[in-house]
Amino acid sequence: MKVYKMIVLAKQVPDTRNVGKDAMKADGTVNRAALAAIFNPEDLNALEQALRIKDLFPGSTVTILTMGPGRAAEIIREGMFRGADDGILLTDRAFAGSDTLATSYALSRVLMKVKDFDLIIAGRQAIDGDTAQVGPQVAEKLGLPQVTYVEEVQKLDHNKIYLKRRLQNGVEVVSCPLPMLMTVNGSAPACRARNAKLLMKYKHAKTVTELQNSNEDYLHLYNDRPYLNIAEWTVNDIEADQQELGLTGSPTKVKTIENVVLQAKEAKVLSTSEADMEDLMKELLASHTIG
Amino acid sequence: MNSIFVYCEIEEGQIAEVSQELMTKGRSLATELGCNLEALAIGHGLEGIEKQIFPYGVDVLYVADDKRLYPYTTLPHTAVIIKLFQEQKPQIALMGASSVGRDLGPRVSSALHSGLTADCTSLVIGSHEDKKAGKVYDNLLYQIRPAFGGNIIATIINPDCRPQMATVREGVMKKEIFDPKYKGKLVKLDVSKYVSDTDFVVEIIERHMEKRKVNMTAAPIIVSGGYGVGSKENFRLLYELAEVLGGEVGASRAAVDAGYAGHERQIGQTGVTVRPKLYIACGISGQIQHRAGMDQSAQIIAINTDPEAPINAIADYVITGDVSEVIPKMIKYYKKNTK
Repeated sequence: MKVYKMIVLAKQVPDTRNVGKDAMKADGTVNRAALAAIFNPEDLNALEQALRIKDLFPGSTVTILTMGPGRAAEIIREGMFRGADDGILLTDRAFAGSDTLATSYALSRVLMKVKDFDLIIAGRQAIDGDTAQVGPQVAEKLGLPQVTYVEEVQKLDHNKIYLKRRLQNGVEVVSCPLPMLMTVNGSAPACRARNAKLLMKYKHAKTVTELQNSNEDYLHLYNDRPYLNIAEWTVNDIEADQQELGLTGSPTKVKTIENVVLQAKEAKVLSTSEADMEDLMKELLASHTIG
Repeated sequence: MNSIFVYCEIEEGQIAEVSQELMTKGRSLATELGCNLEALAIGHGLEGIEKQIFPYGVDVLYVADDKRLYPYTTLPHTAVIIKLFQEQKPQIALMGASSVGRDLGPRVSSALHSGLTADCTSLVIGSHEDKKAGKVYDNLLYQIRPAFGGNIIATIINPDCRPQMATVREGVMKKEIFDPKYKGKLVKLDVSKYVSDTDFVVEIIERHMEKRKVNMTAAPIIVSGGYGVGSKENFRLLYELAEVLGGEVGASRAAVDAGYAGHERQIGQTGVTVRPKLYIACGISGQIQHRAGMDQSAQIIAINTDPEAPINAIADYVITGDVSEVIPKMIKYYKKNTK
């Protein structure tokens, strides 16, 4: 039976959905420490699609590729607990300040080096930027066809995949030859939970840097069990043009950032009393706002 | 001076609302910059399409008409845009932040190595001084959008790369005919020079497009619910109030994510933008992304148990209380006073 080599593009993101009152510092900058770092939600939908293909075609492999700071290795482990085989953490100061184009360039360099893959599966967009750009940009850099907003893999036979897409005002079923890149919509099935056996197996999986920083008593384990080593790549591993990376490689620049300060309007404050409610409706009717 | 381009989305021979809004915005930017506004229509059976486009003040319309170009697929449309942009070198390119625009925009920006800003809520011309490089840039496009969970508003610029690309959601910009008799120049592209056979590897097997069921942009009154409404059941109260008042029901992203309402009702930066006469925000805290989609409403009523909710700052009426208590009273006193 045909096996497929899949790469899931994932991002660790601040949980912007649960922004508390302490999310902003007094000086108007973002207080990253107050926000939990999570596996980007739609990247989990993407992972689930990859794992389903792996279920259908035993022997297929799923690799998580993420770019970020050292702690982003957490999401590679999280992916392995759910069924991914391994991961690559792309981490380097040279990538700091990358916009979507510089990010997609760096990721595409990794993929060019990995070379041997059938499917690249990414979440539609990340919740910290909501741009939905990195997937299509990576596809363009690799010269691959793309299918966005995927909700379901309907069929996969040899070198062709049939995908259902969720659009703003409808649905589409398309076929696409492999290799290809798809981005998965949040309306696709949620990712399966962690598997207890896999959790035990990969609990101690670490990147080289994590290993160096830990007081691991069982270093020999990492030689005996190669699957515990999470690949960590830097700029030197991807033969990249330095001009295309980080801030320099980013055509978009942030000119200004303003903290959102609300200019309070003069609002009428009402209670829920019968009298207040009746006055409100009378006033709205009188001004022809309603009625 | 290089022109401003608008990519026109076309469904069943009709130019999409968002493209009409972008041509309106494009016209005012072009006038300010003293350059041409140009548009691009890609599809099939496009004879006469210029009649829908020139009235927005479009100076040049490029048409790529070929059976294989409708319905939209990514590669052929991007191939046409990329080659045309390489030839015409626009300074600014605008597209809808729609299923189509968000699919092709990043692909085009990647091929041209140009910056793209998604979901802009405002586009303004301005200058920029790069003190480090000792350079001053005039007439840049400020691409303004909320970011980082809506806690900040970022102004993004593309100082060096062209075109400066931006996507904008439907309803964010106003649509306005510039001159019904405006005459632009029509340029028909030789499609075979722009696409190759390998651009057609993705095939559409099935396609079901639905007519839009909910039309919130046209509703005079919107009763909108957030996560604070608490449940799908409580959301029914909002429908009752909307029906009584003759309005539509909207929702915040949090409410949509929680399954209280469908995506088509989402209001905000990543949903639709509305400007009703009256906006009733029920259990909505009022993150900037939500406010970006409704703060132009003529009157705002905020109903929230949290007296400190950010939405209160832009409200005309603040009711501190529970939605399930307030809405039935509003219905009751509306009925009583309209009899």
